[in-house]
Amino acid sequence: MGLKPSDFRTDVFADWCPGCGDFGIMNGLQMAFAELGLQPYQIAVVSGIGCSGKEAHNVKAYGVHTLHGRTLPFATGIKVANPHLEVVAIGGDGDGLGIGAGHFVNTGRRNLDMTYIIHNNGVYGLTKGQASPTLQREMQTKSLPKPNINEAVNAIGLAVISGYTFAARSYAYDVRHLRDMIVQGVKHKGLAFIECLQPCPSYNNITTKAWYAGEDRKDANGKPQSRLYKLQETGFDPVVSDWSEDFQKKMAALDKAREWGDRIPIGVFYKNELEPTFQERLAKRIPFYMDRPPAKQNLCDTKGLSTVDLSEFMKNLKTS
Amino acid sequence: MAGGAQGSGVDTAANIFGKACGYGGLYVFGRREYHSNIKGLHSYFHLRISPDEILANINDVNLLAAFDAETVVRHINEVVPGGGVIIGSQQVNTKVLDIRTLPPEFKAQLVKFMEENGVGETLNDWLNHAKKRNVTVFPVPYMELLNQIGEKLGIEKISKITRMINVLTIGVSFALFKYDRSLAEKAVRETFAAKGKIAEMNVLALNHAYDYAEEHFKDSFKHRIEKTAVEEERLFLTGNQAVAMGKVLGGCRVQTYYPITPAADESEYLEAHQIMKTAAEDEAIVVVQTEDEIAAINSASGAALAGARAATSTSGPGFSLMTEGLSWAGKSEVPVVITYYQRGAPATGLPTRNGQADLRFVMHAGHGEFPRIILASGDIQECFYDAAKVFNLAEKYQMPVIHLLDKAMANCSQTYPVFDYGNFKIDRGAVLTEKDLEGKEYKRFRLTETGVSPRVMLGTKGGVHWYTGDEHNETGHISEEPLNRRLMMEKRMKKLDLVEKEVPAEDKLKFFGDPNSENVVVSWGSPKGAIIESIDLLKQEGFSLGFVQMRLLNPLPAEEATKVLAGKKRIIDIEDNYLGQLGGVIKEKTGIAPNFHILKYTGRPMTTTEVHAALKKILTGKAAEREVLMFGS
Repeated sequence: MGLKPSDFRTDVFADWCPGCGDFGIMNGLQMAFAELGLQPYQIAVVSGIGCSGKEAHNVKAYGVHTLHGRTLPFATGIKVANPHLEVVAIGGDGDGLGIGAGHFVNTGRRNLDMTYIIHNNGVYGLTKGQASPTLQREMQTKSLPKPNINEAVNAIGLAVISGYTFAARSYAYDVRHLRDMIVQGVKHKGLAFIECLQPCPSYNNITTKAWYAGEDRKDANGKPQSRLYKLQETGFDPVVSDWSEDFQKKMAALDKAREWGDRIPIGVFYKNELEPTFQERLAKRIPFYMDRPPAKQNLCDTKGLSTVDLSEFMKNLKTS
Repeated sequence: MAGGAQGSGVDTAANIFGKACGYGGLYVFGRREYHSNIKGLHSYFHLRISPDEILANINDVNLLAAFDAETVVRHINEVVPGGGVIIGSQQVNTKVLDIRTLPPEFKAQLVKFMEENGVGETLNDWLNHAKKRNVTVFPVPYMELLNQIGEKLGIEKISKITRMINVLTIGVSFALFKYDRSLAEKAVRETFAAKGKIAEMNVLALNHAYDYAEEHFKDSFKHRIEKTAVEEERLFLTGNQAVAMGKVLGGCRVQTYYPITPAADESEYLEAHQIMKTAAEDEAIVVVQTEDEIAAINSASGAALAGARAATSTSGPGFSLMTEGLSWAGKSEVPVVITYYQRGAPATGLPTRNGQADLRFVMHAGHGEFPRIILASGDIQECFYDAAKVFNLAEKYQMPVIHLLDKAMANCSQTYPVFDYGNFKIDRGAVLTEKDLEGKEYKRFRLTETGVSPRVMLGTKGGVHWYTGDEHNETGHISEEPLNRRLMMEKRMKKLDLVEKEVPAEDKLKFFGDPNSENVVVSWGSPKGAIIESIDLLKQEGFSLGFVQMRLLNPLPAEEATKVLAGKKRIIDIEDNYLGQLGGVIKEKTGIAPNFHILKYTGRPMTTTEVHAALKKILTGKAAEREVLMFGS
């Protein structure tokens, strides 16, 4: 029997500021899990530190709220030990692209079959609004004493060149689109990256909900012209169906990832299921890896005795 | 002892030598020393061989196989009267101070030695000086031998076979010792088994050198190695290998690591033996090389939460990076194992050398107060059994366990009777399965009498729960409530009382020697072998001593330690560090302070010779409170 999004709610009070994009992302997760037909026990939501880190407590699924920047290493360990768990890692932009940037890149190299969602609001909210790695240079959000001196990281671009085989962007206030991106990401065979744009109503007074909606740029009829547009509606095809297309598709994704300002694409930038997943790579070395992954091995007999035979190890060490 | 530039085959030579001795029923203890360098700097392998069990190394060298001039100047004074030096004939004219790999501070020592002893500037002068001490020099014309071997093999380019000089040295050595050459052949064949015809080429080279030495050196060397008949099966292995095997036995199925000396060999060895046979279906360990040690510990914790027995393996610099993850694991009650091979520290320190200066660090690493177990092995056999046991401790008490080792154990090799492991029991502690959970509400951190709450692996039906690095309530959600905080702190910390109560006596501490003696040595880790041998020697000389090897270092078994230390006249703390850290911890936990310290912080492991001498000084009232050991190049 399929579950409803509300079956993935917990009774933990969500303590984000009113208007926070995290509510949208939380809803998007719950809706996606319901649509995917998953049960709470089949999912592990792994989160980092910051406002987004708490989201794990608001979703009914195994929740692992980890350390600042370390979401992906925890998720990696969980997925390697039990590849049958649906692992969804979530974290902030500072978490994933600042303190955790090394993990962001290196997790891409493994292509584990899991999903990683970055909440991108341009600021470190919980520490009161410092610039995050995705804030554009020269922007001065309201709690910054001076304009941002650093260039911004391009999350989609970094994902594509780091080996993520699915890269998409969505928006916290377009929950249906976000749900679709999460569903596609989870279904994707390989490591899926989803950048979710979101306003921070408390500290980011520049890329606000009104800014995304384009309320500052109304057309002749006075209708706001949203800055966001859907990539797939423009006929953009991100799918690599043959390796010969890969370079060109990556370049197209990077090209789209450069767009910012008055036109910001959301949707799938890149998708490649030809690349073997980490599980598949492991199964080449350990043929029974998927049947008996590390978390599901017996270790001992009914008397509790370790059943391992060390003679292969000892063969070369024997002195006779 | 074999010594030479790194990359010139010293290790291979020593391993072949050790193997050949092992085939002859002999015990071998090997100490490997090397620079943090790939090629060119000095390395050596000191092998001690005996028909009886050996626990440590000694200072004396009977035969020095020098692959280069530097080996001679570094080790010639370790060669005993009656001993010998094998050296390439063309090396003897080397001007000692022209050896480019010698650092200036060492050259200054050489100059001083040359002035004080009237030794000239060439290697020949050094060898002649040694001859006065009745050291015999065996010059070997390696290039000439290689030419002859090349002819036999039909190889014109001698540069193609210069790599075999190390095997020639073995041939000469065994001829001098008059050791059964068929065993040496067997060791060469075994070592190069995977390399096809290379094996037979090396056997030929070995015999050529053996013949040459027999013919030219005849009976001029007096030391002998004789094979003995032995029934029992034995192993000759390093600590890295022992730990890897122990982990597999203990059920470790995920190992994460970031390359670091001297830990990485263990992970590579595990990966090479990834699939293992069991009584039933094959099992396998997944070894993940992570991007850094931060990822290593946190991935291991993730794997542990998912239900795999998981470990990571590292040394000091890597563990420094792991401390935040350790704190999370301690607070979240994660059964994760950290295998910690100490090396010369602080900072990069002496990256390929030994040290025991991280006890205080592992005891306190990580912010905040949380429980952890620290178990220290003292020899390679303990490395094996402890590496298996730590997984039981981690899961039973749901806390991180640090298996504390050092470089000396990692890289030394030793002979043991084949390990008996058939009785090793896996104890996964309190775990609830889908069946147990049916119809029940589950709380991951339920408050219990002992502090241990039954665990549910991620992915189990009916057991959804949460973890967080924030303080949590019973369900695993964030809570900053004062009462909850107090209860959770107490729940976690009181598990240590349970550990202290339940850990078997032999895992807390071991006692050797005379329990009634007024003198007692206290130590931990790799000095163990040298201490036991020293106590035996001193007993023969009429001195009585006891020795407490501390094993469980956190929680430190204060009651048991007090029992063996209280009322002793001399308590002698022996450690490879500057501060006498264990001595300090014992004082803190028991109120009993060691009154003598034998310390070493040169990065070289303690030898029986120097430990024996220092203890004797103390027992005869000739020692300072603090004896600092220096032996080893």
